[in-house]
Amino acid sequence: MAKVKGSIVVDIEKCKGCELCVVTCPTKTIALAAEVNGKGYHYAYPANPELCIGCTNCATVCPDGVITVYRMKI
Amino acid sequence: MKTAEGLKDIIKPENLVYRKSSLITDKPFSYCPGCGHGTTHRIIAEVIEEENLAENTIGVCPVGCSVLMYDFLDLDIQQAAHGRAPAVATAIKRLMPEKFVFTYQGDGDLAAIGTSETIHACNRGENILIVFINNGIYGMTGGQMAPTTLEGMKSSTSPYGRDVKMMGNPLKMTELVAMLPGTCYVTRQSVHTPAAVRKAKKAIKKAVGYQKKGMGTCFIEIVSNCPSGWKMTPVESNKWMEENMFAYYKPGDLKVPAESDADAENKNEQ
Ligand SMILES: Cc1ncc(C[n+]2csc(CCOP(=O)(O)OP(=O)(O)O)c2C)c(N)n1
Ligand code: SF4
Ligand code: SF4
Repeated sequence: MAKVKGSIVVDIEKCKGCELCVVTCPTKTIALAAEVNGKGYHYAYPANPELCIGCTNCATVCPDGVITVYRMKI
Repeated sequence: MKTAEGLKDIIKPENLVYRKSSLITDKPFSYCPGCGHGTTHRIIAEVIEEENLAENTIGVCPVGCSVLMYDFLDLDIQQAAHGRAPAVATAIKRLMPEKFVFTYQGDGDLAAIGTSETIHACNRGENILIVFINNGIYGMTGGQMAPTTLEGMKSSTSPYGRDVKMMGNPLKMTELVAMLPGTCYVTRQSVHTPAAVRKAKKAIKKAVGYQKKGMGTCFIEIVSNCPSGWKMTPVESNKWMEENMFAYYKPGDLKVPAESDADAENKNEQ
């Protein structure tokens, strides 16, 4: 069976650390960083990148449109 | 190391499955973290891009947190005086009927100072789309009570909770306008989960189609959050919204055009 793998790219400087992507991700790929961005927000990042399935849920709920999603069959 | 390299292979243009609409400018949204205004802007931009309407759209933005919408969407947008967006949109659509015209308004704008403009535009059946962001509060000015504030809900001007005996009942604008013959499509949506966002986007797309056919006013309420005004984290605010707002402001369609109406309008056009 074909497996899908995904990957996300976060626009760190535009992220406001609202955490809506973290709670919506079905694979627990995303976490908030311990570091902060230029605006002082703990930004979202793929803490467990190998788990991502590219479902686009995180990008769909992001109010600031900071997440870009890629997906491929392997 | 192997996984890291594997993941780099995935990030290629041909594997792109989601990027924000190119109609969103580079300016960071001025909204608070987790605010539904941003998500709603995003899906409006996506629909307009997908429908190829960027050059043929005129939006009207309100007074409220979204007063700067023209900075965030790369579209022609007119800012209206508080509550007057449906009146301004009426003029724009009547002068330029070929344009897709929408208003974007908060509940303080649409359900308080602009109640009259809203009801009369809907009653006249102006061929516009009204997008109504209902977060139950005046966000921009510091979380004061709005006509839509729920019974018992605390705000800066109802610190002990809304007492309906003294302050009146929360106003269901969407139910009101659904009763008017001028409206053709009236629906209540939200943007707090992936499924809700996809449904809300479909609703906007439908409204574009109905406006093209000249079927009357489309009215889409987005029940939304105001983490700052509600004094909650974004995640808590969405949960509170599901548990409290949805009980009173029930999501779903209130009025949909009959298929035959849509077809008849189609035939008239041909
Ligand atoms: C004529 C006029 N009256 C009052 C105000 C003050 N004012 C600015 S925004 C606002 C209410 C905004 O609330 P809402 O429409 O719910 O939008 P939100 O900020 O929650 O998105 C008010 C009363 C104003 N700018 N102009
Ligand atoms: S695309 Fe899906 S699996 Fe990947 S990080 Fe986003 S929500 Fe999680
Ligand atoms: S005050 Fe409320 S409505 Fe305004 S941007 Fe902040 S969270 Fe959104």
